[in-house]
Amino acid sequence: MSTPLLETRMLNVRFGGVHATRDVNFSLQENELRCVIGPNGAGKSTFFKLLTGQTKPTSGQILFRGKDISNMQPHQPGQLGIGIKTQVPSLFNGLSVWENVWLSARRTNPKAKADLITRDTLERVGMLSHKDNLAGLLAHGLRQWVEIAVVIAADPALILLDEPAAGMSDAEVARTAELILEINRQHALVVVEHDMSFIRMIAKKVTVLHQGAIVREDTPDRVMADPLVQQIYLGKKAH
Amino acid sequence: MTAFASSWRSAALTLAIGVVLLLALPGLVDDFTLIQLTIYAVMAILGVSLGFIWGFGGILCFGQAAFFGLGAYTYAIAVINIGDSTIPFLLAIVVPALFAALLGYVIFYGRLSDVYMGVITLTVTLILFNLVNSTAGPEWKIGSAPLGGFNGIPGIPTLNVPGDPDAVLSQQSLFTVSMVCLLLVYAGLRWLIASKLGRVIIAAKENEQRVLLLGYDARVYKLICFSLGGAIAGLAGCLFANWGAFTSPTIFGLAMSAQIIIWVIVGGLGTLVGPVVGCVVIQWLSTQIGTQQTFNSNLVLGAILVVFVLLVPRGIVPSLGDVIAAAWRRRRAPAAKQAIPAPLAPTETAG
Repeated sequence: MSTPLLETRMLNVRFGGVHATRDVNFSLQENELRCVIGPNGAGKSTFFKLLTGQTKPTSGQILFRGKDISNMQPHQPGQLGIGIKTQVPSLFNGLSVWENVWLSARRTNPKAKADLITRDTLERVGMLSHKDNLAGLLAHGLRQWVEIAVVIAADPALILLDEPAAGMSDAEVARTAELILEINRQHALVVVEHDMSFIRMIAKKVTVLHQGAIVREDTPDRVMADPLVQQIYLGKKAH
Repeated sequence: MTAFASSWRSAALTLAIGVVLLLALPGLVDDFTLIQLTIYAVMAILGVSLGFIWGFGGILCFGQAAFFGLGAYTYAIAVINIGDSTIPFLLAIVVPALFAALLGYVIFYGRLSDVYMGVITLTVTLILFNLVNSTAGPEWKIGSAPLGGFNGIPGIPTLNVPGDPDAVLSQQSLFTVSMVCLLLVYAGLRWLIASKLGRVIIAAKENEQRVLLLGYDARVYKLICFSLGGAIAGLAGCLFANWGAFTSPTIFGLAMSAQIIIWVIVGGLGTLVGPVVGCVVIQWLSTQIGTQQTFNSNLVLGAILVVFVLLVPRGIVPSLGDVIAAAWRRRRAPAAKQAIPAPLAPTETAG
């Protein structure tokens, strides 16, 4: 098998007495789409923070295309081609939707090309008609899409989406699922989500985190039928 | 900010007004008033320097006076030693910029919080004040320039035509040079704010984490912003030393630093014109209040600041902008109603 796009080896994080990430060995191929699930406090957001240089591992390694990126500064993952949509939409509230996306496209592109990418990306996520609105005044679902646009405008090799469908209506969830599958044609994705119906719409392979460790990795159907997963994730006793 | 405030038209309008003032004022007012106007222009440059780093970079510097004073002292010492003012003029911009870069490096790369930013910049200003204040003896000199301690440096040679030390600028030319500097600083910053660099600086103020996740090293952008602020304050300091041919440690004082912050608050944070307006209004008021004995002038200025913080928290320029924009809409609304059938009128005027 070729070098994975992303790989973690025996990754561990401890915050004082809390063991937030335990011996995580995670591997993702180019253009793969992976869903990560787990109850609150399972370590999903910490895992994303490790991958984006916001938290440093206590031990273990993170490899991106074979290169060790375990001790990056917070601005370096973006330069390497890792884009993230955080759990709570994190936009420039005082800037317009256009400027939010443009700043992402402009980092590596000349002005004219950045303008073009911004227009295309906003069209792709269906937000072009909102381009002059202030990001801070948008409804929650629209903010999620703007943030997805911000991430893809930088054309990263790997996109991390932390709860992209949270707080969305059913119609918006379906549209977001479509969007993610469309993005997956060009980019690898790791998606953290709670909504099982949403995961069924998009996932081929699901990784289950529990108490900071990977406990299962399989297709959505098999993962959801798994007694251990049902016990830890859905709070049911296994029989 | 309204769309007009960030458009090139507002920049052009402001510059046009500035050029008219620059050309018309010397012919309209007497020499004494022109000297007053010169100091307004010089201080306005200082106000803009803080207005830029605070309003656009989100960096609240309590020690903008440090760069101002450094500019004044650098110019004074260099011009006394060199004679021709060309290099001293440039040094007065470069030295404060480098000092700001050094200070900014410690603050931004050390990831110190905003509170420490305030504490450090204020402390550095006071250290400079005490340092310069204690250099009164004849042994304190750089080259042939005595530092003078609390007495300051008197008789600083005025700017000359570059390369010709004998062609010293007149009082009127000094007004022109100060106004041109103010207009150039304004135009340069407007251009910068519209550029990629400026957009990232503003974005880092809005949401630093998002800037980092996009792959921009926020520290670099803040450092550039802060250093530019230092350079501009240094330029103002150089012109200040020229204006009175004198500089003393009081320009490093607490009162000076506080005053700059008040100009920006009163004029309007987040604009470049605001600090200019705030600076001129407060300085003019200070002079007017100073002519009477009934009220203590600091008390009156303090009361004005309280009134602004409570009643006009956004400052003169943004508040005035809102009033004008509302009046503009009202003027256009009846016209729109006449042109469009009644049922459609409300949606039309809403946009």
